[in-house]
Amino acid sequence: MLKVRDIAVERSGVPVLSGVSFDLAAGHALILRGPNGIGKTTLLRTLAGLQEPTNGTCEFPVDQAAYASHADGIKTALTVRENLSFWADVYGNTVPDVIWDWFDLGDLRDRFAGTLSAGQKRRVGLARLGVISRKVLFLDEPTVSLDGFSVKLFSSFMRDHHLAHGGVAVIATHIDLGLGEAQTLDLTPFAAQDDGPSDSDEAFL
Amino acid sequence: MIALLLRDLRLATRAGGGFGLGLVFFLIVVVLVPFGVGPETAILSKIASGILWVAALLAALLSLDRIFALDFEDGALTLIATAPIPLEAVGLAKATAHWLTTGLPLTIAAPVLGVLLQLPANGYSFVALTLLLGTPALSMIGTFGAALTVGIRRGGLLLSLLVLPLYIPTLIFGAEAARRGTAGLDATTPLLMLAGITAGSIALLPFATAAVLRINLR
Amino acid sequence: MSLWEYANPKKFMGWTGPVLPWAFGAAGVCLAVGLFWGFFLTPDDYRQGSTVKIIYLHVPSALMAINAWMMMLVASLIWLVRRHHVSALAAKAAAPVGITMTLIALMTGAIWGQPMWGTYWAWDPRLTSFLILFLFYLGYMALWAAIDDPDTAADLTSVLCIVGSVFALLSRYAVNFWNQGLHQGASLSLDKEENVSDVFFFPLLVCIAGFVLLFVALVLLRTRTEIRARRLRALQLREVRT
Repeated sequence: MLKVRDIAVERSGVPVLSGVSFDLAAGHALILRGPNGIGKTTLLRTLAGLQEPTNGTCEFPVDQAAYASHADGIKTALTVRENLSFWADVYGNTVPDVIWDWFDLGDLRDRFAGTLSAGQKRRVGLARLGVISRKVLFLDEPTVSLDGFSVKLFSSFMRDHHLAHGGVAVIATHIDLGLGEAQTLDLTPFAAQDDGPSDSDEAFL
Repeated sequence: MIALLLRDLRLATRAGGGFGLGLVFFLIVVVLVPFGVGPETAILSKIASGILWVAALLAALLSLDRIFALDFEDGALTLIATAPIPLEAVGLAKATAHWLTTGLPLTIAAPVLGVLLQLPANGYSFVALTLLLGTPALSMIGTFGAALTVGIRRGGLLLSLLVLPLYIPTLIFGAEAARRGTAGLDATTPLLMLAGITAGSIALLPFATAAVLRINLR
Repeated sequence: MSLWEYANPKKFMGWTGPVLPWAFGAAGVCLAVGLFWGFFLTPDDYRQGSTVKIIYLHVPSALMAINAWMMMLVASLIWLVRRHHVSALAAKAAAPVGITMTLIALMTGAIWGQPMWGTYWAWDPRLTSFLILFLFYLGYMALWAAIDDPDTAADLTSVLCIVGSVFALLSRYAVNFWNQGLHQGASLSLDKEENVSDVFFFPLLVCIAGFVLLFVALVLLRTRTEIRARRLRALQLREVRT
């Protein structure tokens, strides 16, 4: 479902990763590992189409893809329900009633997002993924500021409601999500060799 | 696109949304002008339509940096950019929301404030008509400027510097039409030019807005 | 060899190095000859007296103020379409030269306007257009200065230059409509009736050639500086990573 071949990415003009390839069949997740600054975020942004890869190709059904950055994009002046129904409208869905149970948001649904704690806001941000129901997810540090219980909620959402329905996900995270058959890709060997500056700077050397 | 427009309208009218600030600014500028130029009715009624146009333009400028900056800071803009809405439509929706929360209220308020400036009787309809035709262009051009400076920290001042020269043709034709109409002269040509600028801006600037947003989100 | 290869930064540095002194030399000779000829060897105008001689500075600088923006527009388009780095840097390098030309045109115009029209400034369409052009230059340069990443800055300023050109042109028509001016008609045109007489015309042509050469020389010099600065940045980045 997701096929990445020999992809190379750069962050503000500096190459960070090169030669990354992987395949992901429906129902599988890929966990990206590697030290800070290795380029996990940059790779995910590239896959999500926010920037162009400097080399390589990636194939997946673009109209089924969605991206979640480490910022939630939650509007503090809107209620939880309004936040989620905005994303539902944008993606042409409605907010499913089960979403409140999946992410334990039942009591919070009419609270203003500005009054939520960081972890609660994060849960709203993740609930967005359940609302937009896309098959290919690119998730950047989804569990930041979540407690153990919330991580379990997120894991079971991913396992039972996303992967089990034939979705795939590429997730950058440092913790064990307990996703069972998830593959792991350590990006350290793909760090761009210092074989020269980026395309942009190269011309000047 | 409708969803984004509705969300922005809702955000603008909630606490901290800044709705009405532009209107208050408009009021204050109009009140300050007689203190600056003196209270003579003859002078005020002569410059009233121009003052209303300049003040409305500055009031519209005031809220431009909110158009994209807030969504950029909390990450919503990135998520919107990867959502199934073309960025051109995002630009258009943002400009429409800005116009509905700023341009339209200014248009409605301008004739009321015209009373303070001794606007001649036949000027009211022309000031309202020219602002109605011209403020959409101000919102669209401003949205382009806001997209251009979205990645720059404290870009508000730069935004004004970039947008104000772009506002010049709209201001000239808008204020000229209002002035001619107020003086009882034929205002057809400047009105048509003003409408042309608005139509052209709405047709073309969403593409430029989307292009600079893409560059800034890279 | 394709013409575009001259736009490779290394090639550009190579061929502009030897050209630069010649460009400055030719500009100096043209300006010296043109200004001396114009100031001392032409008669006074029967109406305007000796004040007319300021056209040898005013007309060429006004021409170059517009041409510099045109050049920036072309360079911006080349950057957006073909992504030649030198093109983007040349646009950046031309802006301060262009704004200086605009200022010279505005100031010589003011000095000339005082004895002729009895005022330093009037909201005449031509004067106003140049003031607006000055504002566009300011915005363009401010945007370059505000962005750290050179490629992002080049992209954004290029889009601004294109959109700005459209609005600058609109402003030109708007101010024409807004106020019929005091300014005389074109100093140079193909229509013989309107033209300045030959006595003034030939030294003026030499001065224009001098200003064009001076502009070319200054832009080449500044582009070379920008290329060196960019190279320095690239070297520092490499240093950091090893």
